[in-house]
Amino acid sequence: MQFTTEHLGTDIAVVRADGRLNMVSAPELRETVTVAITTGRSRIVVDLGATSFMDSSGLGALIGCLKSARQAEGDLRIAAPNDQVRMVLKLSNVDRILRSYDSPDEAYRD
Amino acid sequence: MLLLRIVALATVILGVNYVAWRWLESINWDAWWIAVPLVIAETYSLIDVALFALTMWRARERPAPPPPLDGVTADVFIATYNEPVDLVATTARAARDIRYPHQTYILDDGDRPEMRAAAAEIGVGYITRGREWKNRPRHAKAGNVNNALMQTTGEFLLILDADMIPRPEILDNTLGYFRDEEVALVQTPQVFSNVATGDPLGSQAPLFYGPIQEGKDGWNAAFFCGSNAVLRREALMQLGIVGYVRETDRAVAATLRDATRIVRRARRRGGVSPATAAALDETAAALIEARRQLGNGEPLGEVTYTVQRRVRAASAGLVSDDLENIRADIEEIERLAGGESPSASFGLDAGDGDELIAALSTRELSPLNALEAVQLALQAVDVDRGDEAQAVMPLATISVTEDMATSMRLHALGWKSVFHKELLADGLAPEDLGTALTQRLRWAQGTMQVFLRENPLFSTGMRLTQRLMYFSTMWSYLVGFATIVYLAAPVVFLVFGVLPVTSWAPDFFWHFLPFFIVNQILFLVAARGLPTWRGQQYSLALFPVWIRACVTAFNNVVLKLPLDFAVTPKTKQDVRKRPWGKITWQLIVAAVLFVSVIIGLVRVLILGDEVIGTVVNIVWVAYDFVCLSVLIGAVRFNGFQGASDTADDERQRV
Repeated sequence: MQFTTEHLGTDIAVVRADGRLNMVSAPELRETVTVAITTGRSRIVVDLGATSFMDSSGLGALIGCLKSARQAEGDLRIAAPNDQVRMVLKLSNVDRILRSYDSPDEAYRD
Repeated sequence: MLLLRIVALATVILGVNYVAWRWLESINWDAWWIAVPLVIAETYSLIDVALFALTMWRARERPAPPPPLDGVTADVFIATYNEPVDLVATTARAARDIRYPHQTYILDDGDRPEMRAAAAEIGVGYITRGREWKNRPRHAKAGNVNNALMQTTGEFLLILDADMIPRPEILDNTLGYFRDEEVALVQTPQVFSNVATGDPLGSQAPLFYGPIQEGKDGWNAAFFCGSNAVLRREALMQLGIVGYVRETDRAVAATLRDATRIVRRARRRGGVSPATAAALDETAAALIEARRQLGNGEPLGEVTYTVQRRVRAASAGLVSDDLENIRADIEEIERLAGGESPSASFGLDAGDGDELIAALSTRELSPLNALEAVQLALQAVDVDRGDEAQAVMPLATISVTEDMATSMRLHALGWKSVFHKELLADGLAPEDLGTALTQRLRWAQGTMQVFLRENPLFSTGMRLTQRLMYFSTMWSYLVGFATIVYLAAPVVFLVFGVLPVTSWAPDFFWHFLPFFIVNQILFLVAARGLPTWRGQQYSLALFPVWIRACVTAFNNVVLKLPLDFAVTPKTKQDVRKRPWGKITWQLIVAAVLFVSVIIGLVRVLILGDEVIGTVVNIVWVAYDFVCLSVLIGAVRFNGFQGASDTADDERQRV
């Protein structure tokens, strides 16, 4: 699992999650997002395009990051999940909270 | 098994026969004030016995577990709050030396530097709460473990209390069950190694960590008991996420509703500047739109984000002339709500935020104040669960005993549990009556909180038998009320000659004795030779504890009062001072029983009252005495003397 952060506009950070977002990598995602927020980018997009698998710990990390972003008056959005990840989002009802955008660029179009 | 089932069935049939006869034909209506409570108490006991029979119906000893999973990761958590460092260190060393590859962590809720140093020295991890917990509900042990879950990565978690010293094979012998991917929990017994012969304080629970858990296991309802259990991380995380989504859904809908009401009232009041009126209009429109989106099933994250932005923008140009007023309003409401919200200090479920908003929405606020209030409302309840340190809380926080509630929710999600009956950790039990009573009170309170907050009978997701298994344990904690009636009935007869039943004629014995005898046989067969007598004695003798637990849990859940929750004392009580004060009620009851026996004898011998009734009631009182007598030994108990010095220093579990 590997996380890379790219900047978009003035205050958006795109965090790309490469590989399996599970109990092993979940704490790392938290850390990556926390760093982005503390450097002034509180609007986060987690790009799941290259995420092959996600479990409940991964979901937990996403929600934890959403909380951090909201408390910094920003937001967290997700983009480009594959079918397995989409299914996990659906089964866990997390799709009731987070909308899946097609790509990171679209996430903050509003 | 066949014998057990025959006896179980016979017990229930004879019990129904007896209690039906009691209700229909033998209540002495002239003395209804004691007769009706007595028959209700007997009905209570019948239900209790029937649930026990159901529990035993499928009691089974599991075959040896499959070999442990290869190459999985495991974390061992030792939860501590205020136990002595030495004690925790002993457990930590044993945990470190568990054979299966794993990581060990001390979860120190006391945040003690000396504990941190000990962890480093032993070579295990050390986790405390972070800044995010400041001024937020801590949720006791559940919060402690939830906090650690977010910082660790093992697929399986062994949870240990600070005074449970694990054996090296504990993971090897339990991880195999997880080959079944639906298994979320493996619970092993909690047995104490520092218990004196005869178990004066009733510390051991051989019936519970034996036939009863095996019986529950037969219905896939073995409970999580807080320690000596291995859990699947995925299951816990799933629990946390499902709970988060459900709670957020509810909270957002409620907040939008209340915010709308605040704005509506403010607009109705009128008499505001055009700018303010426009802001109110825009806010109202934003709220209506948000509620519409919610109704359409749009994701909550977006709905809340958009409405927050719009509301903030709407009132951005306005200067709140009386910002102070709104603050005063809020303080006033907080004060009315009982200052520091009681549930906050006990870390019960979220909802305090919404309560404040709900209170605000019923007040007359000036338009500007209303706008402020709406903003506050939207901030307070968001998808971020701002009133909690963690958005996702895997271990249930609705009770001071997080374990039972957690396994109930796991079962409701379709997970399986296992009871593995092998001694894999050696515990240290309280060594004085006061501490033991506090611990018993806490368990009972926690159980009754779950009973009132998430009653298993009405929960969805579990099978009926699973719900009954949880209900059975909760039901047994109501025993205190029945005990009072059982204690009062013979006194009423012996002193006043008032009969709760129509007669002591043979009819009574024909109905009662077969049930009574078969019931005792059921206990014997089910217990398979385990010592259960201590448990029976304490079940009766601790009636004030059980009643207090029920009353305080009711006050807490329904009336939202503090639980009056005492942390188990850190140090062993001074043994030279006998804790007679702890059993005042029982001493009073014993005195009353004694006097009533004298009066009863006088009535028979001098006034020539009925003999059979007096004999029955004196036998009854004698049973009460034998049960209550357990407390004499407990009060006089000097603590465990059988082990090395360390045992003397070791204190109790929190």
